[in-house]
Parts: sequence; structure tokens; C-alpha cells
Amino acid sequence: MKALSINDLRKVYKNGFEALKGIHLDVEEGDFFALLGPNGAGKSTTIGIISSLVTKTSGKVTVFGHDLDSNPDAVKRSIGLVPQEVNFNQFEKACQIVANQAGYYGIPRKQAIKRAEECLDVLGLGDKRNETARQLSGGMKRRLMIARALAHSPRLLILDEPTAGVDIEIRRSMWDYLRKLNREGTTIILTTHYLEEAENLCRNIAIINQGIIVENNAMGNLLGKLNVASFILELRKPLEKLPKLTGYRLARIDDRTLSVDVPVELGIHGLFDVLTLQGIEVTSLRNASNRLEQFFMNLVESGRNERPSV
Amino acid sequence: MKDHPSNLERTSMKRLIAFYTILYKEIHRFVRIWPQTLLPSAVTTSLYFLIFGKLIGGRIGEMNGFQYMDYIVPGIILMSVITNAYGNVVASFYSSKFQRNIEEMLIAPVPGWMMLAGYVGGGVARGLAVGGVVMGIAAIFTSLRIEHPAVVILVFLLTAILFSLAGFLNALFANSFDDISIIPNFVLTPLVYLGGVFYSVDLLPEPWKIISLGNPILYMISAFRYGFLGVTDVSIERALLIIVGFIMVLLGWSLWLLKRGTGLKN
Repeated sequence: MKALSINDLRKVYKNGFEALKGIHLDVEEGDFFALLGPNGAGKSTTIGIISSLVTKTSGKVTVFGHDLDSNPDAVKRSIGLVPQEVNFNQFEKACQIVANQAGYYGIPRKQAIKRAEECLDVLGLGDKRNETARQLSGGMKRRLMIARALAHSPRLLILDEPTAGVDIEIRRSMWDYLRKLNREGTTIILTTHYLEEAENLCRNIAIINQGIIVENNAMGNLLGKLNVASFILELRKPLEKLPKLTGYRLARIDDRTLSVDVPVELGIHGLFDVLTLQGIEVTSLRNASNRLEQFFMNLVESGRNERPSV
Repeated sequence: MKDHPSNLERTSMKRLIAFYTILYKEIHRFVRIWPQTLLPSAVTTSLYFLIFGKLIGGRIGEMNGFQYMDYIVPGIILMSVITNAYGNVVASFYSSKFQRNIEEMLIAPVPGWMMLAGYVGGGVARGLAVGGVVMGIAAIFTSLRIEHPAVVILVFLLTAILFSLAGFLNALFANSFDDISIIPNFVLTPLVYLGGVFYSVDLLPEPWKIISLGNPILYMISAFRYGFLGVTDVSIERALLIIVGFIMVLLGWSLWLLKRGTGLKN
């Protein structure tokens, strides 16, 4: 069954800006799906329409078979939303924020408080339940937003940049929790600017640019399309001049650091052979950017180049 | 396809719980910040009773056959109800818009009319709480008597509903905190003070008397005063009709705007 199906979705804002130009998107039940795109590409508009915060201009949205136009309540009950920006009442206690959210979905108060405590516990906020939102740290606020979105046990969880501004330790613990949630059957749609996050978590991906879906594929297939990988090499001795390496593109970052683009057909093994022959010893190697980031940048750049000049 | 009766029952129950949640949140909000919401009215009205009632009122003498203090009590109570019902909804709803936690309700299966009912319920509850406090203070300064309790309750509830709706509309259109202070300061306050809280409209010379009859708050205060003292400047039936008429207009307008998503959705 499809968790989400979008057909020919368009959105034109009052000022005439066409945010979505007829997008089509399907997300299967149980998927961990990434929706990526540069700022202003249409990600938040898409999420806003699915979650009833933005009115669509035309098109069709169904969530677990429920049509957004004819059965909005069923759609709303199926979705939990973690918005991009912290948006709860800063003066309310954590437990009240989650319990109120459960109440809006028709869960009686006593059950709502019990459910709120469960959600806060699993997100490591059990001891903060009686603290007001403004007393919480940035990472805790992010987790509180996830707890709030889970208050009514949604089948589809939409996270709009959930780890923005969160330190790496909390980010990793949030990833673990989201993986667990997905294993337990919750379909997850994620937008993020940390492409490493999407690459680590998601099985399928769509990239949106200028209101159009420019790529929609399994993560593995997408990364397989990359024909060049970029690496940073740290050298034991300073280089006086750039070595000549046929087929590889080299650039000097400093005396002991090189960046190199490696075509897939040549491979990295051949690179070391050539460097060794020229007496260059490599002490360490790392990715210049992650693979998805390279793919993403290629797509966004090609989109920019196709824009008519002004 | 029609909903099965048990589905309808379940949906109604869930909506009732959603309404209760909004109402609970609203009441909890103004009780939590009682020094900002309940106390100021108590202090202000005590001063009114002391200055206009005791000090100046003693020299004014009688108004429509009543001690001046007794005459102004109903108006002062209703003035507190009006400003607090309006202020509660406009402040709470606009700050929900400003902090964007209104989205908590917009993404949930809470119909617009239910959201409106919850906020109006909160405004009425605050009006009731403040009205009760002010009545308690009035009882210290004067011997309160209520000639027509049903009229008092009816006018109180209808006025609180009307001004809660007005506060809701103000918040719906507001785009800044300035926008939520303009109407209370420059429209509501003059209308309340010129609505006969401290005087009988019969004292006014023409054309001010005729002009005053165009002030809807005059009818509310007169009807409320009738409930307490049994005297009024205007016909009670007309006053009730005017209040109900305004409620219907503001209610219809609010529901229409909510359906369109004005001020809430892009």
C-alpha cells in the first residue's frame, strides 16, 4: 500500500510565485524516504500541503488511500509532523504540550497524559516532563517536537529538518530512534540539509528543484549513477609541484594536502600505484564530500545552468 | 458514502475531547498567569469604586433614583467582562499564531468551528472569572442586589461571547502585536466609557444622546443594569436583539474566514 501518493500537485502563491509545478511522488508504506532540495525548491510547500497547513492550487494527495480533499480528517489522523522550526508554546510544560496534541486528536485527557509520558520517556525527556519548553536546550526541543508528533501514534511521520542545529551525539541518538520507529512499521519522510543523514537513514529519495521532482529513485541506484568520487589526500612530505596523473583531476589545497577526483572506471587503487611510482606517500585519505552530496550538487548545478539568463 | 452511526458517534466524541482540550488549555493559561489576567481588573475596579463611588459619588447624589455607587456597579462589572473576554482571546490566539503553535490544531482533525468554540469558551471563562472577582469587590463597597437574575446571566453570557468573537476576529487579521492593541485602545475603550458605565444616557444633551444610541455597548450595559437594578435607558428586548444580532454577524464572519483559512493558511 502507498503511504503517500501525490499527483500533479501545483501551488501558486498569492504573489504569483509558482512553488510546485505539478509534482508526482509515491512513498510506499514502511519506507524511510528522503525529500531533498535546495532552499526554496518546494520541500516545505509540499509538506505543508500534505499536513494541511498550505492550501494546494490543484492536484491530488492521498495518504494511506485517504483523499486529502474528501477525507481530510483521516489524512490528518495518519500523519505526525515535526516542523522545521520550534513552534510550541514556550511557556507550557513538556508534558502538557504532548498531552494537548493528543487531545486534539480525540484522546481523552487521562490517556493523553499517559501517552505523553511514554513519548517523552522514549525520547529521553522523561525527567523534563514538568519543565517549560523554554527551559529546554535546543536538542531537547527538537526531541520534544518528535514526541509531540508521535502523541497520536501516526502511521506516517514527516520530519522537516529534524536535526538542524543539533549536536552530533544527539543527532546520532535521534537517528537510532528514527530507525527503530521505522523498523516498528512507521513510514518516515525526511527532509534534511545534512545529506549524510539522508544517505545513512533513507532507502528511497526524491530530489526537488525549482518546484519539479528532478530525481526519484532508490538510494543505491542513485549513488550508483555517480561516475566520479572526490577525495582529500594528506601527504607525508610537502609537494613542490603537482604530480601529473593521467585520468585523475588534482588540485593542491596546501603543501601537504591534495584533492583528487577519481573516475569510477580508474578506481582509487590505480591512484595509489601512480602516486607510489612518483615517490608520493599518502598518510590519510577521506571523502571530500559524501556521495549523495556530490550527486545533489550535480543536479542542483545542472538545474541552475538550465535557468534562462536574466 | 455516509458515515456509520457508530463512526459518527466516535467522531463527535473525539471532537468533544478536542474542544475540551482547547478549553482546558485556555483556562489553564489565564489561571497560570493570574497576576496579569485576574489581578489588574480587581485593582482597577477597586479604584473605580473608591474614587467614583465613594469619594466623588457621595457628592453626585442619586442617578435614576439610585445611589451613584449602586448605579455604576453593573456597568463596571460588564466593562471588566468585555475587556477581559476580548483581551483573552485576542492575546491568546494571536500569540498562538505568532509562535506558530496554532499549527498544532491545524494539522489535527480539529474543525475551524471547534477551534473557535474553544477560544470563545476560554474568553467566556475569563469573563466569568473576572466578573466574579469584580462582583466580590463590589459587594465590599455596596450592598449588591439582583432584580432579574436571568437577565444578568443572559446578558453576561451573550456579551462575553460577543466580545470573545470580536477578539478572535482581531487576532485572525492581526499581523503584529500593534494590530492587537489598536482596536482595544482606540475603539473598544472609548465605546465602553461612552456606553453609559458612569452615567445615564438621559443626562446627555441632543445630539449626543442620539449618537450614543448608535453605540452597541450602551444596550449591553443598560440591559445588564436592568438585571441588577430593574431600570434601563433602552428597551430590554431591543438590547437583547442587538447583542444576538452582533453575535450572529461576527460568528458567521469568523466561520467564513476560518473556512477560507484567512490569517492561518498560505
